[in-house]
Amino acid sequence: MITVNLTVRQAWVSVRFLLVMTVVLGVAYPVALFAVGRIVPGTSDGSYVSTTSGAVVGSALIGQSFDGAEWFWPRPSAAGDGYDALSSGGTNLAADNPDLVQAVAERKAALAAANGVGPDAVPADAVTASGSGLDPDISPDYARQQVARVASARGIDPMLVSGLVDEATQGRLLGFVGEPRVNVLRLNLSLESVG
Amino acid sequence: MNATFGAVLQVLVLVLALGLVYRPFGDYMARSLESPRHTRVERGIYRIIGVDSSADQRWSVYLRSVLAFSVVSVLALYALLRLQAYLPYSLGREGMPSLQSLNTAVSFVTNTNWQSYSGEAALGYTAQMAGLAVQNFLSAAVGIAVAVALIRGLARTHTDRLGNFWVDLTRITIRILLPVAVVFGIVLILNGVVQNFAGDTTITTLTGGTQTIPGGPVASQEVIKELGTNGGGFYNANSSHPFENPNGLTNLIEIFLILVIPFSLTRTFGRIVGDLRQGYAILAVMASIWATVTGLLIWVELNHAGPALQLAGGAMEGKEVRFGVPMSAVFASATTSTSTGAVNSMHDSFTAYGGGLALFNMTLGEVTPGGTGSGLYGMLVAAIVAVFIAGLMVGRTPEYLGKKIGAREMKLVALYILTTPTLLLLGLGAAMATETGRAAILNPGPHGLSEVFYGFASASNNNGSAFAGLGANTDFYNIALAVAMFLGRLLPICFVLALAGSLAQQGKAPASAGTLPTYRPQFVLLTVGVILIVAGLTFVPALALGPLAEGLS
Repeated sequence: MITVNLTVRQAWVSVRFLLVMTVVLGVAYPVALFAVGRIVPGTSDGSYVSTTSGAVVGSALIGQSFDGAEWFWPRPSAAGDGYDALSSGGTNLAADNPDLVQAVAERKAALAAANGVGPDAVPADAVTASGSGLDPDISPDYARQQVARVASARGIDPMLVSGLVDEATQGRLLGFVGEPRVNVLRLNLSLESVG
Repeated sequence: MNATFGAVLQVLVLVLALGLVYRPFGDYMARSLESPRHTRVERGIYRIIGVDSSADQRWSVYLRSVLAFSVVSVLALYALLRLQAYLPYSLGREGMPSLQSLNTAVSFVTNTNWQSYSGEAALGYTAQMAGLAVQNFLSAAVGIAVAVALIRGLARTHTDRLGNFWVDLTRITIRILLPVAVVFGIVLILNGVVQNFAGDTTITTLTGGTQTIPGGPVASQEVIKELGTNGGGFYNANSSHPFENPNGLTNLIEIFLILVIPFSLTRTFGRIVGDLRQGYAILAVMASIWATVTGLLIWVELNHAGPALQLAGGAMEGKEVRFGVPMSAVFASATTSTSTGAVNSMHDSFTAYGGGLALFNMTLGEVTPGGTGSGLYGMLVAAIVAVFIAGLMVGRTPEYLGKKIGAREMKLVALYILTTPTLLLLGLGAAMATETGRAAILNPGPHGLSEVFYGFASASNNNGSAFAGLGANTDFYNIALAVAMFLGRLLPICFVLALAGSLAQQGKAPASAGTLPTYRPQFVLLTVGVILIVAGLTFVPALALGPLAEGLS
């Protein structure tokens, strides 16, 4: 009887503790961080970017689909039908899965042809899907490879496009943190401004 | 600078940062736990919950508090998930199905954070914030509390009292977890992790298509997800999602947060038992295995073996450009050597040996450095096995920190060590023997076995990461993995607290010429050996059929 009473008492303490902590950790804490986040509303809202005319065209952190020769292309995406931000995720295909081998081979051949480079020059990030399916970046190598195609499709000077790629390339923080990358949405946005 | 050299520098910075905070943070945790004074906030909490903060508990009462709190938490979280449609900020998401709710509730209460749902599709903000994130704090605090009870068992003499669970839980939450979470939550927000209540925003893309982008109170959950070695992502893609982990710096910070409490607790241990060298020895065991596996994981991923990755020219499948291959490997090692289970890249698409090393990390029992608290108590159990074996060799009754390791203690230790392998291998066997178990496998060949092996290793060790190709949202897996998580968490806690009670009652035997010094390199080596041999004997057959078979073919 004493044991049962003790257990019931501990359960009752548990209920009250959980309620108190839900108020502190489940409401007050996230709301307080939300309030602090208002110092940098753009960032805490999702780093949305707009055209020069002010139209919001997406988030700098969330990749989006670009088809057509006049755009820089992002990586293959396994999120829904491609860059579906409501179903993030990777393919989860194994390194020895025949489906993945075939997909990589096909992408490699298609990109080599479209960008006019040798198949061996196509970088790994161009032919593999990211973990999130929303990777906003591509490698600087892959961006440079697309310059000639984009310039010719737009009928503009490749040097101009190449300059935009250089501007859009982010190096490693302090020279060693993270990897060099090119944000595809920002790069394509900058293309719009030069025509 | 190439990627490998950059990664080496990042790992050095990580180790340096962990080293810098080790002493002050470890000592701070010890002071927080052992201080006789209560703050005003804490006294207020004790009044509300009706607890006498000066009443120390016997091990059986401490255990009863842990069990009662765990069961109440599972029931409350289950109800919250089932009823989320009626809560504010539900974003129109339906209540979660029954078995999936059970699986998720057990998962978050046991510090596992296995997820058979997709966050952005299945959950509203209240369920995430007031349900899952609260358990991210509290389940981590429970782990630390149990570890502290075991430390007190070793430190105290001639007593049956191990401290008060409610006082420990409150202090760990209020003094340790919450302040660190606030500071680093702000750092994450400044770097682009979102923190809003905006719901889903639909925009017209640059090419004229539409894209719906989710929002959410992500930063507040992200930081405790890593700090509490929980691992449950706000979004399906977890820490590979740019809103959870936007750049190389946040990636490094998140890895730091995963490792900081498990490593620093060894200082807390040394401080409370009154011999810092004992804590350094335990740290050396943890760090040597962690560093070795991390180095190997970077190396095999950079080698990108496997036909698809060879053809692609790099192991970038399932990895993000901003992190690159080496820092994805470091994250994978950190998350599986602790009981975190957050991922910044998809382990299912790693090389055979890379995924195998992540799996190997979990089969060591999550002690290198392991989860918040659970890593330390698991490691102390391994240390007791080491002194027992050493005692057998020289024919003396083994002692650890002056406490005799007798028949009762060794029985409890043996039960502890047998629990997770039993759950893992029974679950794996049951899944492979049934049609419904095998139907969930995505990839063909040995890798398919690895997916199921990984799932049960993750659940029974309370890790929570996955070879996510496994379609685990079925009745079979929701139930089987919930059982593995529940027993894999609470049975070891029962044995640890019983052990703590039994140690606390003893006096302290003075060290003699025959006592094995448990702070010397020979003891560190012996304990490393014990961990590798116990895991090796248990899991080599299964590892050979999965990742090794894939890697060698």
